[in-house]
Amino acid sequence: MNKDFALLAYFKTPSELLHAAQKAHEAGYRKFDAFSPFPIHGMDHAMGLKPSVVGVISAVGSLTFCGIAILLQGWTSAIQYPLVLSGKEFFSYQAFVPITFELSILGAALFAILGMFHFNKLGFLYNPLFNSEKFKVTNDDGFALGIEVRDPMFDDAKTMAFLQSLQPTDIEMVKEEE
Amino acid sequence: MSQISVKKAVETPLIEGNPTFGSITEKISQITETWKVPNPPVWLLGFGAALSLLMLLGGSIGYLFWRGIGVWGVQIPNAWGWAIINFVWWVGIGHAGTLISAILFLFRQKWRTSINRAAEAMTIFAVMCALVFPTIHVGRVWAIYFTLPFPNQMGMWPNFRSPLLWDVFAVSTYFTVSLLFWYVGLIPDLAILRDRAKTKARKIVTGILSLGWRGGNRQWQHYEKAYLILAGVATPLVLSVHSVVSFDFAVSQLPGWHTTIFPPYFVAGAIFSGFAMVLTLMIVVRKAYGIEHIITMNHLDKICKVLLATGLMVGYAYTIEYFTAWYSGNPYESFIFKARAGGQYAWAYWIMFCCNVFVPQVFWSKKMRSNIAVMFIVSILVNIGMWFERFVIVVTSLAQDYLPSSWDYFTPTFWDVSIYLGTFGLFFTFFMLFLKFVPMVAVSEVKAILPQADPHHHEGNHHE
Repeated sequence: MNKDFALLAYFKTPSELLHAAQKAHEAGYRKFDAFSPFPIHGMDHAMGLKPSVVGVISAVGSLTFCGIAILLQGWTSAIQYPLVLSGKEFFSYQAFVPITFELSILGAALFAILGMFHFNKLGFLYNPLFNSEKFKVTNDDGFALGIEVRDPMFDDAKTMAFLQSLQPTDIEMVKEEE
Repeated sequence: MSQISVKKAVETPLIEGNPTFGSITEKISQITETWKVPNPPVWLLGFGAALSLLMLLGGSIGYLFWRGIGVWGVQIPNAWGWAIINFVWWVGIGHAGTLISAILFLFRQKWRTSINRAAEAMTIFAVMCALVFPTIHVGRVWAIYFTLPFPNQMGMWPNFRSPLLWDVFAVSTYFTVSLLFWYVGLIPDLAILRDRAKTKARKIVTGILSLGWRGGNRQWQHYEKAYLILAGVATPLVLSVHSVVSFDFAVSQLPGWHTTIFPPYFVAGAIFSGFAMVLTLMIVVRKAYGIEHIITMNHLDKICKVLLATGLMVGYAYTIEYFTAWYSGNPYESFIFKARAGGQYAWAYWIMFCCNVFVPQVFWSKKMRSNIAVMFIVSILVNIGMWFERFVIVVTSLAQDYLPSSWDYFTPTFWDVSIYLGTFGLFFTFFMLFLKFVPMVAVSEVKAILPQADPHHHEGNHHE
């Protein structure tokens, strides 16, 4: 038994998609997305998206790894395993700078990627949109606006009429397996 | 209006032939899907040659482990030989890939999109080659895990005050971040391969690797942010890695090594040699795969200009070292620099100086920057020169240290050479596999710089 998942309208150019996304946002739709083979300049604004918080997550990761690096080096060198080497201080913070720096960068990179994976739900290999053969063009040279059925504004007839008013090349209902 | 037409006249298109989005997808994806381009024998020949060298590496390393470090030419006072030279050389080559993918991205240099995928692959494989050397040169290779900080039954921890340990962290962080950066860039292109997949096996492999990418703007938004952050952190990372590599030398007390100029000098040299390697590889790849409209003469021209600029930087470093040696009034420092240019290793010094400083000067001429043969020869000479730079730094300072009674002349053995050649096998085996099975050009990024990708493209034409 299949039920409806989203209504997709296909366009030929990035500017048509940008225009359509803006119209969808203005019409009050919220559970919609604009699919394109590459990021389109100005699309975040047109869709009314809030800025991505991946940066905050990355900063948290960087600070965490920075703290771990200082604790690891300080604790092992000064407390757990103090060795006299060339008369240097046990806690020689100057010498700890390079590794602290490298690990902070590692933390920033790892958390940025994990944060991005989380928000984009990467790793979930299945999405109902993949049931559509036609949807595949959006990774090649096609552009599509998809409005999900679970959007409170969604109404079979009205949404169809709205999408038709945007003059797409094609409209398709994608099904979801129950 | 007049401004627009002036700009158009000056700017040559980044991608030639005015291709459509679809033709870019087709051109790059079909390389991984069929055996049509280039002819299979060409690829198989290259792959076979690389694989033979890789076997040489395996055999040589096996013999090294069996007999010990004594099979190399290293001997007191030259306790560091080809292993460290090759390590620094390979890491340096890797740096151009990160420069192209991260620093040029931050500077909005759009031309990088045609070559960044291949350059990043080069980085990853070069760093793998580099990592071979510190691992095998420790002698008791089964104890290499002592460098890692983890609680163990010996109650022992690594010495965090040693530059050699900084190196472990710097290079392994560099490898990890480069690999992740490369993979994140690949996700949208792997989704293209997934959508085009015909066979069950391809569907499964590309389906898993593309992680369920859909290409909606809600994904692109976070994706672009993460990509920007990765570029932002990879930039200081790449500068720090070769600085830390130079600390291996600069933090020691040896004349010729103990200098503050080393970090910037090493970074400039790394980018110099890396760009030479990018040039060598791109000249061959664009021809072999018929993607001359994507990696254009304009790209090669820009790479040559980078070579010229960084060549001047290393030339400056070579010269200022002499000034510092003289101005410091330190007799040991002065001695070692006289010995470099006029001593027993003068031949190596002048190979280095000619290849790195004189040869790239041909690129002042536009004619030379559009001559493939000249570019190819210069790129090879620069990499030879940069290998000799590390040879000069490592060997001349060690061979004649404070005690004349311990001076000795360094001579490499067969096993030094075979392991060095073997790492080319490692590099090219992976690079050939990359060319065959991974989209070698960042398809989604190239599409984004085509004129029709700009949503205001048509409006712009309208105003003209």
